[in-house]
Amino acid sequence: MILPMLSEAWMAMWANRMRTILTMLGMVIGVGAVIMMLAVGQGAQQQVQASIASMGSNLFIILSGSTTSGGVRMGGGAIPTLTVADAQALEELPGMVAVAPSSPGTAQLVYGPNNWSTQIIGTTPSYLQVRDWQVAAGSAFTDSDIRSATRVALLGQTVAQNLFGDEDPVNKTIRIKNSPYVVLGVLAAKGQSLDGRDQDDTVLVPVTTAQRKLFGTQFIGTVRFIMAQAESADAMPAVEKGINELLRQRHRIREGADSDFFVRNLTAMANTAAETAQVMSLMLGAIASISLLVGGIGIMNIMLVSVTERTREIGIRMAMGARGRDILLQFLLEAVIISVIGCLIGVLLGVGGALFVGKLTGMAVVVTVASIVMAFAVAAAVGIFFGWYPARKASMLSPIEALRFQ
Amino acid sequence: MSEPVIQIEQLYKEYVTEAGVVPVLKEVEVTVNPGEFVAIMGPSGSGKSTFMNILGCLDVATSGRYRLNGRDVNRLDRDELAILRNQTIGFVFQGFNLLPRANLEDNVALPLIYRGIGRNERLAAAREMLEKVGLGKYCRSRPNQISGGQQQRVAIARALVNQPRLLLADEPTGNLDTRTSKEIMSLFSELNQRDGITIVLVTHEPDIAAWAHRLVRLADGRVIYDGPIAHAAPEHLESTA
Repeated sequence: MILPMLSEAWMAMWANRMRTILTMLGMVIGVGAVIMMLAVGQGAQQQVQASIASMGSNLFIILSGSTTSGGVRMGGGAIPTLTVADAQALEELPGMVAVAPSSPGTAQLVYGPNNWSTQIIGTTPSYLQVRDWQVAAGSAFTDSDIRSATRVALLGQTVAQNLFGDEDPVNKTIRIKNSPYVVLGVLAAKGQSLDGRDQDDTVLVPVTTAQRKLFGTQFIGTVRFIMAQAESADAMPAVEKGINELLRQRHRIREGADSDFFVRNLTAMANTAAETAQVMSLMLGAIASISLLVGGIGIMNIMLVSVTERTREIGIRMAMGARGRDILLQFLLEAVIISVIGCLIGVLLGVGGALFVGKLTGMAVVVTVASIVMAFAVAAAVGIFFGWYPARKASMLSPIEALRFQ
Repeated sequence: MSEPVIQIEQLYKEYVTEAGVVPVLKEVEVTVNPGEFVAIMGPSGSGKSTFMNILGCLDVATSGRYRLNGRDVNRLDRDELAILRNQTIGFVFQGFNLLPRANLEDNVALPLIYRGIGRNERLAAAREMLEKVGLGKYCRSRPNQISGGQQQRVAIARALVNQPRLLLADEPTGNLDTRTSKEIMSLFSELNQRDGITIVLVTHEPDIAAWAHRLVRLADGRVIYDGPIAHAAPEHLESTA
């Protein structure tokens, strides 16, 4: 029964080409908008998640505290209260995976005719673990490099690119502040951080080398900040408490006095960013869904007009033996065909539009199969839902009244 | 003798309008046997069109009994009436009632769709029917591309495509000129005599009624004459236009 009804529905649609196309347009725009918005939203979400993953997981950053001198309050990190020894002590905390003391600074790098100014972080091999950072070529420095403060360096991709171009940097010697450093390895690419900084524009050297030979320190053994990684997200509150207690004890801070350091939960901050991206993605989808709904109402509108306009045709069909359900099926099929074809075109336009926007603006866009399947299911449902009422109305007509209709 | 095609007893039909209840048919009793060719005449408002619509199962009587091929039509639901219209009755209208957007063979094949017959078989049957009414070469034309007389022949082809036992025609020549009317009537006559199809036809023209064998005259919702055309009094054959 479906097949002949399909051709009848097709005939009616073909006879009213312009109207059919305009009705379809509502569906095309609705579905296209949903797919495009979801693609943009999910792209943004994925970008944030990639940044979070590149930062490392379950991360704390411990900064040295502020000081007040003669009523002038200094910012965080103004007094060097954290030391490499603090970091070693923190490693013993239960639930702690790795701790990396870090001593950053900026310096000019020179290799042959090229030079490049970048951030140099003095740290320990743990830093790679904490940041979940791989060595792409060569090898990392080791604890013995820390002990003897050797002049070795690991280059980020951007630095390697700027100093060496296509040349292999491993085991080459560069000059930092006029001292020679051997490049042990090149770090894997990490991309942008959440705030848009290029994480690959950096150089790692042993923390002892940075302290003693590169930047110097006010007091021996102090570092600017310590990065610490807990074994799991669940362990983070306990670890944070442990860090506070241990460092207050080590720094001999009396009960009730302010700490001379800050502990920041980086992962919690990152999760907030991820949630924001997700909410944005949902909101874009919701706004686009409204246009899908409007498209559906457009179908109902046209189908209602069509039923009224074709009352006489319905009468003729009934006089020739069409049952109510035959008429219902014919009009329902029309609505479903319009919405499904509209949806197909909408998917094509949506995917194409998303890729185009991605190319034009450099935004990350992600078209998922799930969003296409969802758009399709919704379109079919909208067709049936909004086609049902007009179709039912047509099928309930009395044959003689329909025939008399002028 | 075989069972009557149409058996109507004590048929009443009234319409409820704003002005109140208007009786249209009162105590109508008519029996039509297989192979008969009956003309129904009557002045405007005598209820002949309403009577025809009830015969064609397009409308239902207020009370009374209507048996079609021995089946009690009053007891059938909407779907069963649709099947009856589809397979037992062929209906020809004054205004042709063809689907303007479909070509002739699709128009003729329409009743076969609702019988669940496949497309190729449908179109073959439709072409055969069009051939029979002399329009074989217009299969792909649209209704508005042919004359009124040709359109009515298409409508007849459509009414016959399901091989019904009963053909109902409501003023089939009302929109046609005299010459074309004659062609249509001779087609009806041929169908009646050669194929034995029972025909009931409404008309207000004595010339048209003369093609039938039996006359039923309605006035004010009642049957005032029912008998052979040849015996009808001149006033019963009077033009009612």
